[in-house]
Amino acid sequence: MSALVSIKNLTRIFDVSLPWLNRLIEHQPKAFLHAVSEVSFDIEENTIYALVGESGSGKSTIGKIIVGLLAPSEGSVEIGGVDLFRESDKAKIEATRNGVQMIFQDPYASLNPRWRVRDIIVEPVEARGGDGEGLAERLLEQVGLSAADAAKYPHEFSGGQRQRICIARALAAEPKLIVCDEPTSALDVSVQAQVLNLMSDLQEEFGLTYLLISHDLTIVQHMADRIGVLYLGRLIEEAPRDALFSNPKHPYTKMLIDAAPRLDGFGREVEPPTGEIPDPINPPTGCAYHPRCPIATERCKAERPQLRELDENRVACFLAV
Amino acid sequence: MAEVVLSVRNLRVEIPLRRSVLCPVDGVSFDIPPGDILGVVGESGAGKSMTGNAVIGLLDRPAFIAGGEILLNGQRIDNLPREAMRRLRGKEIGMVFQDPLTSLNPLLQIGDQLRETILEHLPVSKKEAADRAVAALEEVGIPAAARRIDSYPHEFSGGMRQRVVIALALCAEPSLIIADEPTTALDVSVQAQIIALLKSLCRERGTAIMLITHDMGVIAETADRVAVMYAGRLAELGPVREVLTNPSHPYTNGLMGSTPLASKGKKRLNQIPGAMPRLDNLPTGCAFHPRCPQVKKRCAVEPGPDIESCGGRAACWFAGELSS
Amino acid sequence: MRDSLSRAWKSDFIWSFSRSPVAIVSFIVAVILIGAAVLAPLIAPHTPFDPGTLNLMNGFSQPMQPNEFTGETFVLGTDDQGRDVFSTILYGMRISLFVGFAAVSFAMVLGVSLGLIAGYAGGWTGTIIMRIADVQLTFPGILVAMLIFGIAKGFTPIHLRDQMAIWVLILAIGLSEWVQFARVVRGATLVEKNKEYVQAARLNGRSAFGIMTRHILPNVMGPVLVIATISLALAIIAEATLSFLGVGAPPTQPSLGTLIRIGQGFLFSGEWWIILFPSVTLLALALSVNLLGDWLRDVLNPRLR
Repeated sequence: MSALVSIKNLTRIFDVSLPWLNRLIEHQPKAFLHAVSEVSFDIEENTIYALVGESGSGKSTIGKIIVGLLAPSEGSVEIGGVDLFRESDKAKIEATRNGVQMIFQDPYASLNPRWRVRDIIVEPVEARGGDGEGLAERLLEQVGLSAADAAKYPHEFSGGQRQRICIARALAAEPKLIVCDEPTSALDVSVQAQVLNLMSDLQEEFGLTYLLISHDLTIVQHMADRIGVLYLGRLIEEAPRDALFSNPKHPYTKMLIDAAPRLDGFGREVEPPTGEIPDPINPPTGCAYHPRCPIATERCKAERPQLRELDENRVACFLAV
Repeated sequence: MAEVVLSVRNLRVEIPLRRSVLCPVDGVSFDIPPGDILGVVGESGAGKSMTGNAVIGLLDRPAFIAGGEILLNGQRIDNLPREAMRRLRGKEIGMVFQDPLTSLNPLLQIGDQLRETILEHLPVSKKEAADRAVAALEEVGIPAAARRIDSYPHEFSGGMRQRVVIALALCAEPSLIIADEPTTALDVSVQAQIIALLKSLCRERGTAIMLITHDMGVIAETADRVAVMYAGRLAELGPVREVLTNPSHPYTNGLMGSTPLASKGKKRLNQIPGAMPRLDNLPTGCAFHPRCPQVKKRCAVEPGPDIESCGGRAACWFAGELSS
Repeated sequence: MRDSLSRAWKSDFIWSFSRSPVAIVSFIVAVILIGAAVLAPLIAPHTPFDPGTLNLMNGFSQPMQPNEFTGETFVLGTDDQGRDVFSTILYGMRISLFVGFAAVSFAMVLGVSLGLIAGYAGGWTGTIIMRIADVQLTFPGILVAMLIFGIAKGFTPIHLRDQMAIWVLILAIGLSEWVQFARVVRGATLVEKNKEYVQAARLNGRSAFGIMTRHILPNVMGPVLVIATISLALAIIAEATLSFLGVGAPPTQPSLGTLIRIGQGFLFSGEWWIILFPSVTLLALALSVNLLGDWLRDVLNPRLR
């Protein structure tokens, strides 16, 4: 197995300063938001890699950088050996980009309401000058809708059906990698199961690689082969699925797994986690998790831990054993 | 005095349209005793929020209560005039919604909102109302409550805002709290905090809680009893452990099977085919029959049975015979 | 289920129309007036601007009364030159409506394009476009139109001035009304461009121009149509105002405004019909179009996406 996607030292900084006049009058300095800081990981071909984290963890930003909707401030994204932000051969970049698709969270906003389903599905082909004759009908049947649906408009479909159309659109470009940004968080449980099953089936059929971005640990546990946990823009733990859930090393990962509601947790009394996610514009010094961490020491406040190998996991914590 | 705080009998809500009448809630009955948490679970369009809104008398026009009774501490409240209902809200029924910002006035300090609510509903002096406001904030776990009482809603984080809303719902010491998706907009760690808070309030004060959510995990951990809704009707009602581990209604069974939590290690999830029917296009017979794996002839012809007529657990003709 | 929603939407549209007496009356009035203007050469009993058909003896005929010299009867009377007022109104409305439609179309094309660019590109481009719009908004529209009219006239050769007057008028009114379109389209574009279907198009390599024209434009046209209707009424009034002030349509191609200007000279000598009928027509035209626009806005507003 080889790495299809290789992300090195990825950093993205947003300028969130007030307009210059306000800064001048209120004597405010420029403000920067480190949405993603020095994140590195590889995605093996034909696997599902999941990024989990709470709001402000930077997981969606990483997804947008990988599909090319945002540029990184630093670091590199290599897909199939092509460094997307340094390669000088435009044709190579175009060809690689063509093989990366995305499924979005909101199935209502991700389909143009004025377009017929046929035109929506063949857009990835047509926008690059190809011919999508008959493609939409074939793909619709592949995702469990009927060929006749190609002539309809998006408003005639339910949320789950729309997400199927989004998947069909992603498939049209014959991608290698599909970035799925919270693909089922807008769907009901029974429909979510349909979409997740469809994603699994398609992965087998087409040998797809998924980057699954989600806040929902239950979905991640069900789907992913390997999982990266993000906190405040940094990767704090990475491990194969079973290793992560059976033996989490980072206190934050432990807290996340513990706090997630469980179906068999009748009357379970969870010691609720303390504190909240800090302001990402002014993150805590040292390990960003230290103000909430039950085992933090003086060193955690002063020094930032780097990722290190520990059993099957990579973890950014001094105290993890 | 009463053994149940809230009793809903055969509730029916209708929305008259130009050509037809929609019925988002139909024949729903349940009780909540003091100190009990009833989880109301269902997918979007199941009528769970509509049921909650009917209880607090906040149905959006043109929806209205077309039948049935709602009793709070033994008194009918579904036919109260608007003004009386308004006084009852806040005093006897507290409300917590998904988005805390909709429940808080952005232009008022939270202390003012708390004191105002207390003074309106309780016979106390201004001084005492101020003390109670601080106490309420402390009770919901807001640090440095005496100082933060002068803050505006936007100065709090999402989780803290939801705590303020809960304090606001609690400050007049209601006997019932209706929480509609109170943790859906929150992160996992904050959700766990809010759930723990609701549970402890319920235990310490004996407040009855109607917890409306789509999240089976939250229900499992929080509720004492659960009501599963489908297409405006109750599909199943019972103690949470029994309903979730041993469902009697095929819909509950399918719902549990399609939750990734329940399918540890399995490659595929059990899926329920199709989607929840639209209210203007309800199937004949039992509304679930087109998606039901063990549908029989009777289900398509006869309207779905009442829970009472099927042994009190599930609204299904074949409730006892579920092969899971 | 097929098409049921779009059918429901259409029936809602018609249902709401059938429930609004104001909309029905406005619609009927507007259709009659616009139809009459379009069909003027067929309907008008006289061709008032062909000097060969005019008879000065017919001047100042009272409405519905036979002329004392020629015995001819004119429905709405005649003016000083013996032109049939009814016919001049029909032909005047043609000019007014032509200028109105053309000016609004021009303003719409200009405003929608600039609004799309300002909203989609953002940054300095957007700031500059919207600042220009803001500055222009601080001047009364009619003043802007007069200014542009004056400047443009100065640049046209004298022998072409009368022929060009109509086009200069369209340019002036169009330029004074693009701001509305630009502001609304920019706002709608800001909403649309962050929607995920636009992101999907971007990551599939569609150009900015393609995204603006094929994705965003169709989704912002609802509010644009509302503004276009309301602007049409404003443009007709602006044209009448300019013509009344003597800087608009020339007397050889008189619009309703020109007719009113001509008529006001006879108001105090008792020939009231020369000014009254064009004025009433202008009022009915502008009011019906405006009310239709208001109704359209009310119907479409909850659906603005």
